[in-house]
Amino acid sequence: MTLATKKALTAYLFLALPLVFFLCVRLGPMVYMLVMSFTDWGLLRKTVKFISFENYKILFSDPVFLQALGNTFRYAVFGAPIVIILSLLIALLLDSIPKGKGLFRLIYVLPYITPVVAVSWVWRWMYQPPPLGIINGILGILGLPAGEFLNSPKQALPSILAVNVWVEMGYCTTIFLAGLQTIPKEMSEAAKIDGANDRQVLRRITLPLLMPITFFLMVMEGIQFLRIFTQVYNMSMQAMGGPLNSTKSAALYIYQKAFTNFEMARAASASVVLFLIIMIVTILQVRFFDKRVNY
Amino acid sequence: MGHRNQLQKLAKVLPAYSILLFFSIIMLFPFVWMLSSSLKDVTQIYQLKLFPEHPTLENYRYILFSANTKFPQWFLNSVIVAICTTASVLFFDSLVGYTLAKFRFPGKKIVFFLIISTLMIPTEMLVIPWYAMARALKWVNTYWGIMFPGMISAFGVFLMRQFMSTIPDDLIDAARVDGLGELRIFITVVMPLVAPALATLAIFNFIGNWNAFLWPLIAASKPRMFTLPVGLANFSGEAGSDWHYIMTGAAVAMAPLIFVFLVFQKQIVKGIAMTGLKG
Repeated sequence: MTLATKKALTAYLFLALPLVFFLCVRLGPMVYMLVMSFTDWGLLRKTVKFISFENYKILFSDPVFLQALGNTFRYAVFGAPIVIILSLLIALLLDSIPKGKGLFRLIYVLPYITPVVAVSWVWRWMYQPPPLGIINGILGILGLPAGEFLNSPKQALPSILAVNVWVEMGYCTTIFLAGLQTIPKEMSEAAKIDGANDRQVLRRITLPLLMPITFFLMVMEGIQFLRIFTQVYNMSMQAMGGPLNSTKSAALYIYQKAFTNFEMARAASASVVLFLIIMIVTILQVRFFDKRVNY
Repeated sequence: MGHRNQLQKLAKVLPAYSILLFFSIIMLFPFVWMLSSSLKDVTQIYQLKLFPEHPTLENYRYILFSANTKFPQWFLNSVIVAICTTASVLFFDSLVGYTLAKFRFPGKKIVFFLIISTLMIPTEMLVIPWYAMARALKWVNTYWGIMFPGMISAFGVFLMRQFMSTIPDDLIDAARVDGLGELRIFITVVMPLVAPALATLAIFNFIGNWNAFLWPLIAASKPRMFTLPVGLANFSGEAGSDWHYIMTGAAVAMAPLIFVFLVFQKQIVKGIAMTGLKG
C-alpha cells in the first residue's frame, strides 16, 4: 500500500462517523421533509398517500398561514434595518470615544448571550398593563398615556420585535466595531489634511468601507428575524402567537401545525415555504448588495 | 491653554458618552429589574420600586429547594446536555476540520461542499423529521434524544478547518516519522496546537446549547427531562401572576451564563467579531 492510499484510507476512517451524521441528521431529514410535504402524512395515520400539491393549496388558502407569513415579513423588514442602523450608530460612537469602549461593549453584548426564554419573560413582566408593569409606570411618571403592548393586536408585534432588536444589537455592534478598527486611521487623517470635515469622512470613507460588513449583517439579521420563534412563543398568551394571531410567525405556525394538531404534512409544506423564503431573501440581498459593495 | 483644550475635547465627546450611557441603561435595566423583582415577596412585587424595602431570598429558596418545582433537575439536565454536546462537537469538529485541511483524498471537494451546504438548512425545517426519527427509535424523553442533532456542527467544522490549515505540515510529518499512529497524532500533537480555537468553539457551543429552545421543547414532553429554558417556559406559563417566582426562575436560568460571560468576556467578544455566534 502506498503512503497516499494509506492517508486516503485514514481520512475516510476519520470522516466515516461525521459523514453518517451529516447524511442522517441534516441532508436526509431535509429531503424527507420535501417528499413528505407532497403526502397526507400525519402522526395519527398508519399509511401515507401521495397527494401532489394539495398541502400547498390548502396552506395558501389558510388565512392564519397568510397572516403568519405577513407577520414574519413585518419582523424582518422592520427588525433587521432597525438593528443595523442602531448598532452602526453605537459602533461609530464607541469608536470615537477615548475611554470606556470595552465596558460599553460588554454591556451591549450581555442581552445577546443570555437565554432568550428568560429574557422574553422579563420583558413580558415589564410590558404588563398598569399598575403592574414598570414601563407603564415610567410612562405614567413622564405623564404619557399607558401602552397596551402585548395585549393589543396593534402593539404586540412591535413590542416583541423591539425585544429582538434589543437582543441582536450587541452582536451587530461588536462586528461593526471590529470592522471599524480595521480601517486604517491614515485614510481619514489624510482626508482631513485635504480639508474634509468629519461628516465627509464618514460619508465618503468610513461608510463605504463598512459596506461589506453591513451586507453580511443584513443577511444574517434578515434570516434571524425570518426565523423568529422563541420570543413569540414566550411572549404571547398560551404561546398562541396572539392576540388574534397578530404576532404569530411562520416558525410558530409550523410548530403548532406539527406538535399541537399533528398535521405533519401540512407543517412540512409550511416549512418548505419558509425555507424557500429564507433562500430567496438571501439571494436577493447578495444580488442587491453585490453591485454596491465592491469598490 | 491646556485647560481650554481639554474642555473643548470634553465638549466633543460628551454627546457620544450621553447617548452611549442612555443605551447602556436600556440594555441593563431589564436585568436589574429582574433581579429586583426576584428579591420581592408577593406583597411587594407590584410596587414599582427599584430597591425592595424588605429584600428576601425566599423566592430563591422556593425555586431551588421546594418540592413544588423541578428547577434543580432542569439545571442538571441543561448541564448534562450542554457539556456532552460541547465535548462531542470539540472532538468531531476538529477531527473533520483536520482531515479536510491536512489530508489529500479523492472526493474531498464533494465532502466539504456537502458539509458546508448543511449550514443553509434552518433548524425549523429539520425538527419535524427529527421528531419522527426520535419517535421511531424511542429517543423521545431521553438525553440522547435532546442531544443528537447537535453532536457535530458544520459551522465548527468550517472554523476548525481554517485553524488547522495554519499548522505546519512538518510537525505532523515529524510525529509520523516517530512512529505515532494517526489518531494519536491528532489527539496529542494537533489538538493542543489549536487549543485557543477549541476554547472559543467550546464557549460558543456551550452558550448555544444552554440557550437552545425549539428542539429541546419538542424532544422532551416529560417535565423531568426538560432543559432549563423549556422548564422555565413551562413553569412561567403555569405560574400565572406569580411574577416574583417567574423572575427568580429567569435569574436562575441566566446565572451560569452571566458567570461564563464574565469569566470569558475577552474570548466571547473576540469570537463574535471573528465569526458570529449563532450557527
